[in-house]
Order: sequence, then structure tokens, then C-alpha cells
Amino acid sequence: MTTAIPFSAQLINLFAAVILLLAFAMLAQRRMLSLINLFALQGFCLFLATLVAAVTTGQVHLYYSAGLTLALKVLLLPWILHRLVRKLNVRGEVEALIKIPTTMLVGIVLVMIAFNVALPISELSQTITRGTLGIALAVVMLAFLMMITRQKAISQVVGFLSMENGLFLAATSATYGMPMVVELGIALDVLVGVIILGVFFFQIRDQFDSLDIRHMEKLKDN
Amino acid sequence: MDFFVLMLAIPLVSGALLTVVGERDWAPNLNIVASLGTFLAAAGLTAEIVASGPRFAFGEQFFIDSLNVFFVALTAFVGLTTSIFSGPYMRNEQEHGRLTKPRLRLYKSMYQLFMFTMLAALTTNNLGILWVAMEAATLTTVLLVSLYRTPASLEAAWKYFILCGVGIAQALFGTILLYFAAERVLGATGNALLWTHLVDVKSQLEPTIMALSFIFLLVGYGTKVGLAPLHNWLPDAHAEGPTPVSAVLSGLLLNVALYAILRCKVLADGALPAGFAGNLMIGFGLFTLLVAAFFLSRQKDVKRMFAYSSIEHMGLITFAFGMGGPVANFAGLLHMTMHSLTKSAIFFAVGHATQKTGTQLMENIRGLIRINPLIGWGLMLGTLAILGMPPFGVFASEFMILTHAMKHFPWATPILLLALGVAFASIFGKVQPMVFGETTAKRLPHAPAITPVFLHLAIVLMLGLYIPPYLTRWFHEAARMLG
Repeated sequence: MTTAIPFSAQLINLFAAVILLLAFAMLAQRRMLSLINLFALQGFCLFLATLVAAVTTGQVHLYYSAGLTLALKVLLLPWILHRLVRKLNVRGEVEALIKIPTTMLVGIVLVMIAFNVALPISELSQTITRGTLGIALAVVMLAFLMMITRQKAISQVVGFLSMENGLFLAATSATYGMPMVVELGIALDVLVGVIILGVFFFQIRDQFDSLDIRHMEKLKDN
Repeated sequence: MDFFVLMLAIPLVSGALLTVVGERDWAPNLNIVASLGTFLAAAGLTAEIVASGPRFAFGEQFFIDSLNVFFVALTAFVGLTTSIFSGPYMRNEQEHGRLTKPRLRLYKSMYQLFMFTMLAALTTNNLGILWVAMEAATLTTVLLVSLYRTPASLEAAWKYFILCGVGIAQALFGTILLYFAAERVLGATGNALLWTHLVDVKSQLEPTIMALSFIFLLVGYGTKVGLAPLHNWLPDAHAEGPTPVSAVLSGLLLNVALYAILRCKVLADGALPAGFAGNLMIGFGLFTLLVAAFFLSRQKDVKRMFAYSSIEHMGLITFAFGMGGPVANFAGLLHMTMHSLTKSAIFFAVGHATQKTGTQLMENIRGLIRINPLIGWGLMLGTLAILGMPPFGVFASEFMILTHAMKHFPWATPILLLALGVAFASIFGKVQPMVFGETTAKRLPHAPAITPVFLHLAIVLMLGLYIPPYLTRWFHEAARMLG
């Protein structure tokens, strides 16, 4: 059956695609501050995608969750991360990432796997955004890859938050968002988590004089 | 006043209060009084549920039935005894200069909030809130694991946060898929994540989605249970955090995570062909059991060794629930109770032993029985109990799991026996010289709290010899709910 895809769905797909591209860009980004900016931009695209879905479907709680995304992932969290980077004085730090091309290739394979896993499920969905479920899963997997390959504690956290973005996109695309009380709870957890990690970064730096997690490979079973 | 509201309010309020007054001299007592209050409220709630059946609270957001009230009572009890144990333990740590007053304040406040998140996770009816509470439980304990601020403890806490964070993100994806499946049947209302509603329509849930959802949930919450190969955070966090935290992580948090899996399994069983969820759990359980048993023999740090023993028991319990059916579920629930009580008692004894000798390395801990016979015997009896020696209760539950496996899954029996045998040899061989022989221990400024150790062991012993009929009924009821 070949029906024309409605304009709003095309728009959402476009934003989802940009989110995926940004996930790749984050995978390749070596500078700390640029990484945080990319994360904020990804949050902004997520906000736009949720907003378009809200306008098209008229679901009230999607407006709230779009607002929550804007406040938390575009403004508050990047602001906290920027402050942390300034205070910890790791602004100029560049991550010595080797093998970016290899990472990208692995990323592409992950995207293919994600699409294959999501395919049978998105066919069952009746939302206008169902095509994006595969993208959402791909973003989660790319963020996971980023957490594995990074050596700085802050970039691992950005990876963690990017994973959260992917999950949020999944919730929006498959079901028009989770119930409000759950979404609020998740947002609270993420916020508290970042604040606790902020405290934690200072402890790590005081102890190791660096936020490089290569110093933290002592605990092993011997 | 409603027991349920009290049970959640006491730890929440006292946690907030302790952030303010946590540095006062009487703060440890407040910690104990709050835990006692929580325990009494939980006991009241249990009596209420046993007498008049399941109930809701706060609309339908919370739901207490015979399955979770059993975990609630256990959690509140071990929470109480651990707070009693941590009084003198933490004072000794302060005297040794390992902890300052502000950190003790952080400890007490986070301890109460941790209890709150676990009780909320156990009693919630909303699977989304369950996820939120599990994540909150991780967050409250990250700073507890790094309480000593040593390089090793920071590394352990970082690993704990990142691994559990990633794991729990998988569980969130599973929850989203579950909501997706439920929404097709129940509509996009707030009810579509309520377990009591889901369980009514479980046979109508789309199998394709449910299969994927359960895999993500099992892997996600399984990370917190410590299922191999996702168990790496567990030995580090247990070994480097303060001992009371090791006791509650091992005795309680692992149970709560397993409880989350059990609730999801009930739904998956209804939607999927028989055995799908069970076989996954059997596989994960046996693999975990084997991995942990063989890592046990290589340990040098006493807390690390008992952390691996926790992984081993979690594997065994996951295997039992994977087999399913009334007998195996009964055995699984019994084993969870026994493991909680015994393992926390062991950690209490180990905590005092490491304080007395100033080391966690087993080769430097010798002759505990000379300097303090009670701690020595506590460790020895606790070890015998956890290794499944009769007449302790662990023997009863392990025996039930083994015989059930022989009957229905005979191929698994050699694996079980091998793992249990290896675990026995490694642990017993290492604990025996720690207890007997020439002593390396010295006296402590504050006398240790021995009561919790023997209280737990006495209950485990009693349950090994005689399970009161009301408890049997209770276990049967809960086991039946699990299908």
C-alpha cells in the first residue's frame, strides 16, 4: 500500500534523522565543550520532534514532555555540564581517541542491527512516528558505544545522557510518550544523577588529579 | 494512621531530617529509631495483608499483596538490624580516622533514603515507578560506596554507577516496549503500566513485543541482580564500600532487583509460549552460578569473596524461579529469605573482624576466636549456613531446588552440584584459618554489636528446623502468584 506520508510525519522523521546524525557526530567529537554542545543540540531536536508530534496529535501530555525536554536536556543539563567543565578546568582537554574510523564503522553495524530488531515492532505500531523506533534504538546503541570507547569521565556521562535521549525518542515514537508521572520520575532521576556525578567528579579529581578513567582500572580479580 | 503511609514516610522524613542533624551525637540512635519505626509499620502492614488480603494505596499506584509484603517485611527487618550493627561499627571507623562527621551524616541520611527507595520499588503497582525507584536506589548508594574516598572506592563507585546506569537504561527500554504492548490492549491511559491491570490482560499482550521487552527487562534488572556476565560492578562495590552498605546491598538490593524481574516474568509468561521466560532465566542463572563459583576460589579479599558468594546464590535463585511451578517458586522465595538473613549476618561478622585486624585480606586475618569468640563463631556458623550445611535453613531451600531440578531438569543437576561443591571448598578452606589459629586481631574502642549476627543466624536455624505453618501458607500463596 503506497499512501503518501503526512507532512508532520516527514518532519518528525527528519528530526529523528538529525538526532541520529548528531549521535554519530558525538561519537567522533574529541573536544569536551563541543561534545556538550552537540548533546544540547540533540536535546533540541528531540524537543522539536516531540513538539511536532504534540501539535499533530493534540495529546496534551506530549506538550508537557516537550517542555520537560527543553528545560532539562537543552538548558539545565548542558548548563550544569558547562559549569562542571569550567570548574574542573578540563575545558581545553582533548580526548586522545584513536581509531575514530573504526568506531564509526562499528556504529554503522549497530545502526543496521537496531533497524532489524525494531522492524517487526514498528510495523505493529499505529502512531505517525513509528518509523523512528529503529532510529531511537540506534541512538541508544551509539550512545552505548560512546560510553565504552571514551576515556574521560565527563564524556561517559554525556554518553549516558545521550542514551536517555534515545530512550525518550523511543517512548515518543512507539507510544506517544510514557504516562506523565513516570516521565517526571525519570526526569528527576536523571537530574539527581547528574548532580551526584558532579559531586563525584570533584572527588575523582581530588584523588587522581585527572578525570581520566584509565587511572581507574586497579580493581581486578587476581 | 495507615501502616503503609507510615512505612514510606518514616524513612523519607528521617532521611531528610538526618541531612540536618546527622552530625549530632544522638544521630546514630535516630537512625536506629527510624529503622525500628519502619520495621514496626512494615510488621503492621504485613499483619493487615495476612488478615484481610491484598490492598491498594494512593489510588491504584501502590499495590501490596502476599508476594511483595513478604519482601517488605524482610527488607524492613534487615534494615533495622543493619542500622543497629552500623552504630558501633561506624563509631570505630570514626575513631580510626577513616570517616569524618560530615561523611557519617551523609551515610545515615542516604541509608534512610535507600530504605525508602527500596520499599517504594517493592510496593509500587506502576512498572514505570518501579523503574524510577530502582534507579533512585542506585543513586542513593553510589555516594555510599565511595564513602571512604580512597582511589579504590571511587573506582568501585564509578563502575557501579556506569554499569548499573547502562543496565537500568536497558530496563527502561523494556518498560517502554511493555507499555507499547499494553497500550494496544488497555488504551493510552495511565493504567497501561499498572501491574494489576496488566496481569488481567496478560494473555492478550502482543507476543513479539513482549519477548523483546522481557529480554531487555531481564538484562536490565539482571545487571542489578548481579547476573553474569553483567556482574562486574558487584564485587567491587561490596568490597570497597563500608560494611553496613555491603550488607544491605547484598541482603536487600539484589532481592529487590530480582523481585522486579519476577513481576515482569508473570506478565511475560502470560503472553508468551510456555518456558520462554523461564528458559532464559535458567540459562542466566546456571551461567551466573558457574562463573561465581569458579571466581570464588581466586579471591583474597574477604568481602570480595562473600560478594561472589552473593552472585552465586542469586544465580541459584534465578535458576529456581526459571524452573517455575509451585515447588521451585517456594524454594526460590525461601532461599531469598535465607540468603538475605545469612549473608547480612556474615557481613556484620566480617565487618567487625576486618576492624579488629585492620585488613580485608584473608591471609592477614587469623584466630578471630581467640580475641572475640562470639565474632569468630558468628563468622564460622554464618559460613556453614551459607554453604548449605544442615540444620540451617539454606540447606532446606537448596535441597528443594536440587531435588526439583533432578526431577524436571536432570541435565542441570551436575552443573549445580559442581558449582556448589567448588563454592564449598573455596569458602570453607579460607574461612577456617581466619577463625582458628594464632590471632592477629586487637581490641576495639567500641564494643561491636553482636546481637544482629546471632539474631539472623537463629532465625535461619529455626527456619531450617521448623517453618511455622503461617509462614508456609504465606510462601505457598506467594509462590502460587508467580505461577
